[in-house]
Amino acid sequence: MAEVKLNSVRKIYPNGAEAVTPSSFHIQDGEFVVLVGPSGCGKSTLLRMIAGLEEITEGELMIGDRVVNHTDPADRDIAMVFQNYALYPHMTVKKNIAYGLKNRKTPGDEIERKVAEAAQMLNLGDYLDRKPSQLSGGQRQRVAMGRAIVRDPALFLFDEPLSNLDAKLRNQMRIEIKALQRRLGVTSIYVTHDQVEAMTMADRIIVLNGGRIEQIGSPSEIYHNPTSTFVASFMGAPPMNLLDARIADGTVQLDGGAHVAAAPNGKTGPVTLGIRPEDVKLDAAGALHFDIDLIEELGAHRLLHGKVAGQPFTTHLLKDVTVEPGRHGVRIDPSKLCLFDTTGSRL
Amino acid sequence: MKRAGFANTWLPILLLIPQLSIVAIFFYWPALEAVQSSFFLQDPFGFGSTFVGFENYADLFGSAEYRKVAWFTVIFTLLVTFLSLAIALLLAVKADTILRGAKTYRTLLMWVYAVAPPVAGFIGVIMFNQTWGPLTNLAGLVGWDFVLGVKFNDTAFAMVLVSVWKQVPVNFIFFLSGLQSFPKSVREAALIDNRSASGRFWDITFPLLAPTGFFLLITNITYALFDTFGVVDTLVKGEPGNNPMTLVYKVYVDGFRGNDLGGSSAQSVILMVLVLVLALTVFQFRLVERRIHYT
Repeated sequence: MAEVKLNSVRKIYPNGAEAVTPSSFHIQDGEFVVLVGPSGCGKSTLLRMIAGLEEITEGELMIGDRVVNHTDPADRDIAMVFQNYALYPHMTVKKNIAYGLKNRKTPGDEIERKVAEAAQMLNLGDYLDRKPSQLSGGQRQRVAMGRAIVRDPALFLFDEPLSNLDAKLRNQMRIEIKALQRRLGVTSIYVTHDQVEAMTMADRIIVLNGGRIEQIGSPSEIYHNPTSTFVASFMGAPPMNLLDARIADGTVQLDGGAHVAAAPNGKTGPVTLGIRPEDVKLDAAGALHFDIDLIEELGAHRLLHGKVAGQPFTTHLLKDVTVEPGRHGVRIDPSKLCLFDTTGSRL
Repeated sequence: MKRAGFANTWLPILLLIPQLSIVAIFFYWPALEAVQSSFFLQDPFGFGSTFVGFENYADLFGSAEYRKVAWFTVIFTLLVTFLSLAIALLLAVKADTILRGAKTYRTLLMWVYAVAPPVAGFIGVIMFNQTWGPLTNLAGLVGWDFVLGVKFNDTAFAMVLVSVWKQVPVNFIFFLSGLQSFPKSVREAALIDNRSASGRFWDITFPLLAPTGFFLLITNITYALFDTFGVVDTLVKGEPGNNPMTLVYKVYVDGFRGNDLGGSSAQSVILMVLVLVLALTVFQFRLVERRIHYT
């Protein structure tokens, strides 16, 4: 178990592309941190640098109280779970799990004990003598987890471990991984492009975009207080509604002149207004007109898609309220409003 | 598996005829002729032949020279197979770590494969030329008086060298594509599990290459036994003298230089039996392939 510190860690590939701009963060002992972002945002590169599979161009990486920039992956006291499981196809499940221990000169009886323990924890007891090719995707994923667990590492690294599983299994494994991490208390870094995984599993989320850290915060901070339009639109399904607006005469106004809220002091000119779909209420007396085109039935609730002031807009409606397509009045809770400047940063 | 059926019985036979006739004309017929003539003693001037039964075979098994050639063939085959595989594997493992320029490197190495065996042999003759051959000069620098075609060991050395050189590229390509076909993450997982590079090679890379390696082992043995004819021929220039030669080459020398068609045929029949045994071994290995093959 260990803390992880990144000090202006940067990655420039030999072709000159800067995959990760100088990034710093500090992961507490036992924390579950999720790196999330669209593909090509540098999240995997960052993880691979921490694992030692990718060289660090600049900056300092500490695991525990050691600087490990030039330490071999095998000596960093880490374990990694890969997207395609990366099991050794010619070894049985048992040998796969034991391989890392064997190379660390662990005594035979201890290996036996640890493998049995991990197999029991992951329900792999019946499969120990099988080859990976004889296992299902979920079972392979468990073997990969087992390989990581038996090592008792200081740090778990997960590289999109659930991406190759089907939706149902993914939900189940998500809970299993999270529960396992809680139980073992091992510091973990988890990379995903799936914002649902990030929201549900993380103690803290690091949102990356274009090789840059956009925001670091707890899932609820990230969700309710995004620092940029990128985070606002990336996190949450459906994403935050973003409307072009302007500040004039001390109020935020949409195109067409609808006044939405009081403006923060001393700001004028164009802004982007952000509001989460569930913070919008249908209200015949509301100041805004919402033209509903499409209603998505999701069982527990409905999503209403349409336009406000000519711009795409979505709201969230509980199942016991019925509504027909057409023009409806809506009200926005001003305290839930997020305003962004023209560069996309939070005002 | 889907079964395709033919309404007409004659159509499939008709479609098979070209292939079957090629096999019949170029394999079964000559093979039968060889078996037949191995029981006869031919007149050197081609006027007739006498039935001698197994005398040709008895002569061969009693001949010290034949045993010597057989031994040389065994050693030659083992050396060529082992060296071609080992060198190719080493090159492939090293090339695999290079990403940039890999394609060019691969193509450059592949070129040698396109060289016909006699041409490869001829290149060997030039390289080992007595007066100005660069390799002869190199050997001279370390005090080795290299004489191709006169000293038995020197000629054998050149034969092995040229044969290996000729075979390394194709092995290299197979090994390299084998290496590149298994997922990068498996090797990365190994990187985290095992700090020793040689440990990773023997535990992970080598077993994963086993199917490729087994296939190459068989093709290389076949190559060393039979396809090196051109190399041997150019290097010894059809003048065996004290020179080393392989069993296949001896068939040619005895039959077409020595005009001993009967003895030469007996040798071919022995080789044929040898190939049959080899083929059966391969077949047997394929049956127990589970040991080395997996998906």
